Parts: sequence; structure tokens; C-alpha cells
Amino acid sequence: MQKRLEAMEKIEARFHVDWPGFSLEVDCVLPDRGVTALFGPSGSGKTTLLRCIAGLERARKGFLSFKGEIWQDDTTWLPTHKRPLGYVFQEASLFPHLTALGNLRYGIKRATTEHKVSLDQAVELLGIGHLLDRKTDRLSGGERQRVAIARALAVSPRLLLMDEPLAALDLKRKQEILPYLERLHDELEIPVLYVSHSPDEVARLADHLVAMEEGRVVASGPLIETLARIDLPIRLGEDIGVVLDAVVGERDEAWHLARMDFPGGSLWTRDMGNVVGRKVRVRVLARDVSVTRKHQAQTSIQNILPGRVSAIANDEHPGLALVRIQVGASVLIARLAKRAVAALEVSPGQEIWVQVKTVALLE
Amino acid sequence: MLLSDSDLEAIWLTVKLASIVTAILLLVGTPIAWWLVRSRSWWKGPIGAVVALPLVLPPSVLGFYLLLVMGPDGPVGHLTRVLGVGPLPFTFWGLVLASVFYSLPFMVQPLQNAFEAIGDRPLEVAATLRASPLDAFFSVVLPLARPGFLTAGIMTFAHTVGEFGVVLMIGGNLPGITRVVSVQIYDHVEALEYAQAHRLAAVMLIFAFLVLLALYAWRPNAKKA
Repeated sequence: MQKRLEAMEKIEARFHVDWPGFSLEVDCVLPDRGVTALFGPSGSGKTTLLRCIAGLERARKGFLSFKGEIWQDDTTWLPTHKRPLGYVFQEASLFPHLTALGNLRYGIKRATTEHKVSLDQAVELLGIGHLLDRKTDRLSGGERQRVAIARALAVSPRLLLMDEPLAALDLKRKQEILPYLERLHDELEIPVLYVSHSPDEVARLADHLVAMEEGRVVASGPLIETLARIDLPIRLGEDIGVVLDAVVGERDEAWHLARMDFPGGSLWTRDMGNVVGRKVRVRVLARDVSVTRKHQAQTSIQNILPGRVSAIANDEHPGLALVRIQVGASVLIARLAKRAVAALEVSPGQEIWVQVKTVALLE
Repeated sequence: MLLSDSDLEAIWLTVKLASIVTAILLLVGTPIAWWLVRSRSWWKGPIGAVVALPLVLPPSVLGFYLLLVMGPDGPVGHLTRVLGVGPLPFTFWGLVLASVFYSLPFMVQPLQNAFEAIGDRPLEVAATLRASPLDAFFSVVLPLARPGFLTAGIMTFAHTVGEFGVVLMIGGNLPGITRVVSVQIYDHVEALEYAQAHRLAAVMLIFAFLVLLALYAWRPNAKKA
């Protein structure tokens, strides 16, 4: 990974921040494409890292280069308004003295970069055409955040920074905005740094994962690879599991099921109406995966796959183990009781049957 | 006519003085208030205290010092002599200068509160939308602080209209030059012209009430915005 990034363009960030009761010590290389999730519990420094990258916080010692341009080093400091970025805050933070359209135009008027994203495109992408004439206090929380995202996009940023843009919203509003964020991901080629503490958002949106804890980066890599690690030093609890990129292979209309083909196998899920051939992302949580030595015929489990155990590790609870299983070119993780691991004599290298109870379609 | 010509002259002079002082203080007080809110300098405390001094200092004390500073031996007096504009005490512009100092906190403090209420976020947003700090001040801070400017302007104007002690110390009592309404009323009372004093005092009372009414009636609106 590191080597490939060396050849490609990249974002290099090194920051040292020392505040009373908090320190940030980061040295990381981020890809210049796709969505990179900065993930960790609150207080882990992910927002501070984002603010350092935006120039809203000035680390006394720091280095930041964006695709080869130095934004900060010992002698250089590019102030925020000269950095070609867009920023979405946790609260929409619209200017209350302007209408929705006025907010969008504020940045457009001042942006000097060539316009890769037009106003119309940002408006269309976020579905806010009918809101433009409204005063900001006449917008709902979800609408406000959509306007804020469009406002950040309309300056045609070369880097989009998002600080938990959904955290201040209730579940319903989140569901309202997530499809728009997925469209950003699919339709724009702007690299996004996305701060989140929600494993679900990360699994849905991210391509690359940077896990943080106590002001340090504890893991960094492509999302699918990184989530498939069982030695990940972050506590995900019930959210431990893998993400698979899949394609809808077949729809069983009689039983309302759809087959998701991933590299090395396929899984049946509820049919959510996706057409055959569509790319989707599915998530399989470790707690929903069990194993058997022999292929079980008489079971309600619909997804049974052959695999090979590649590693076993301790889970947070002393009674539980995480078992990493290679299924074709992909990896699944199973959370098993250690007693079961012992009774079944599960060990690395062993051929085993994997039973998957639930598959979440991330869409 | 209820008011005599000299009364009208005093009213006109008062309005002129208060308008000029308010205009000057809008220009001078705004950067001071902004600096007091944004700065992390050690000087913030002392400067803030100096700005607030006229709130607690007797006008005679302030007037006394200003008289010394503007007098022929004071630094300002020296400067005005070099510039060839003559001494400031007992002139209209001397009165303007004194009033600027005397009314300074009435401009700076409401603005300070308004700027503080805006907080960092709108400025950060403006920066991420390519606005330089100066640009952000004019395009974001000024519109958001409008209720604060209204309050500060009204307070400054009204306070300048109502001053008396500093006027006596610096301006004296020269008709058409420094004889403002408050001094005119004082003159009427001294001369036992109670009827005239009554009329002019009533004008002041109504003015003061209307100003305060305007301020308190506007406030809820300001909050909603």
C-alpha cells in the first residue's frame, strides 16, 4: 500500500499538538482519492486532525503536503482561506443572514479555482433546488446540512473535509442524507476525509480507514483489508465484522431474496430491489457468523460457505475468540465462544464450513 | 413657538454633536471592540479597563484631565498649536474629542457583546469558503452584529446628548458653539426661567424615553434573528 501511494499522489500529514489534557501525535499518508474515514471514539483526536489539515488549528510542529503542494512546514503556513478545500461542520453552520442560495453563492463568488463542480451540479446532487429561496431558519436540520454540504462542494474543492456531518441529526435525518453522501462518493472525484465514530457510516461510505485512539493513528489501510484484521487495536465491540464489495448476481422473486456475488463466494440477502449487475456493498458482522466442521443440510441458515481458518485471536471478552476465515479471495470474521473453538478443534489452516445468519446490505 | 431661538440652537448643536460623536465612535470603537474580543494579548485587560473608565469616573475628573491634555501645555494642545488649528478647549471640536472619550464604552461594550455572541464558527466557515479575515469581517461579522451596532449607536448618541459635566469642563457655555441642551437647561434654571426649563426638560425626557423604548422594543427581534 505504502509503495503504491508513493508512486501515486497522496496527502502527507504530520502533526504534533500538545494541549493541557490532550495531545495529538500523527504521522500518516492518506490516499488522494475516494473516501477516507477518520474513525475513533470521541476524544481520539480525529476532529483535531481534520482541523489541522484545514488550517483551522495550527499545530506548533507540523507538516502537511497535498499532492505535492506544501500547506504547512517549518517555514510555510497556508491560511485556511487559501487552501483549496471544502469543509462540512458537525452543525450545518449556515450564515443566518443569507438565504440558502446566498450561502451557496458566498463561496462561489470567492473561489478562484476552476469550477469542476457547478452550482447547478451541487444543487442537483444534494436535491435542494426547492429550498434555495428559503431563509436558513425555515429549513429542517437535514435540509440545512444538505445545503451546507452543497455549499462546501460549490467552491469546487480539491479536498473535501467532513466532520461528523450526520452526528447532530436523528436517525431519520441520517437516512435522508446518507444516499446523497453515497452519490458524492460515486459521482465526484474529490478526495474526502470523513470524520466519524459510527462504524455503520464508515462501512457504508469509506474506501480507506484511519483508526485513531488517544491522539494517535492505530491502524490505516484500505477499508476492506483493515476491517478484515482481527488484531485491530480499536474496540468495535458488537460492530466487529467485514465489508465486502459485491455484485447483485441473481434475484429469487418467488422468495424475495437476492444473491450477492463477492470475490470467492456469494451470499443471499433480502431482495431490496437492486437490479442484477448492480455493485453493492455488504457487511457481515462477526457475531452473525458461526462455523461447523461438517456441511449442515438441515438448518435454517441460508448462507453456508466453505472456508479455511487463517488466524484466531482473543476478543475483548475473555470467553470469546475472533476467527479469521479465508473464503475464496475474501475474508470473513466469526465471533465464537472459546469453548466452541476448543470443542471443534478449530485451528489455523483448517478447512471449515461458515454459516452466515445475517447480511446487511449497505445502501 | 414653545421653544426660543436659543433653545432651538442648543437642540441643533446637541444633535450635531451627538451625530458626529456617534459617527466617529462607529469608526474608532468597532476595531477596538473587535480587538478586545479576538486578541489574546496581555494588553487586553488594561485596554478593556481604560475603555470602561468613563463608566465609573466622575465627568469632572475626566474633563479635568482632558483639559490638561488639550491645554496649551498638554501633548494634544501642543500638537494642535503645531498644526495651526489653535487650542481645543472651549471649542466645538474640543467638545467632540472629549465626548468621544466619554462615550467610548457605550459604543465598545455593546459591540463587544455582539462580536462575542457570534463566536468563532461563522469565521471558520467563511475561511473555508475562501474569505480572507478582512472579507469575513465585512461579509459575515458586520451583518450578524447589526443588532449590536444598532444598540451601540443608539446608546452612544443618547449618552452624548445627555452629558453635562464634561461639557462644562471642556466646552464651557458658549452659545452656538458649546451650549448644548443640558447646559441650556442649567442656564434657564440659574436664571429662574422655570417655564423654559420645563419645556426643554420635557423634550429631553421624551427623547430619552423614546430611545429606551426603541431599544427595549427591538431587543426581542434582535434575539430572534
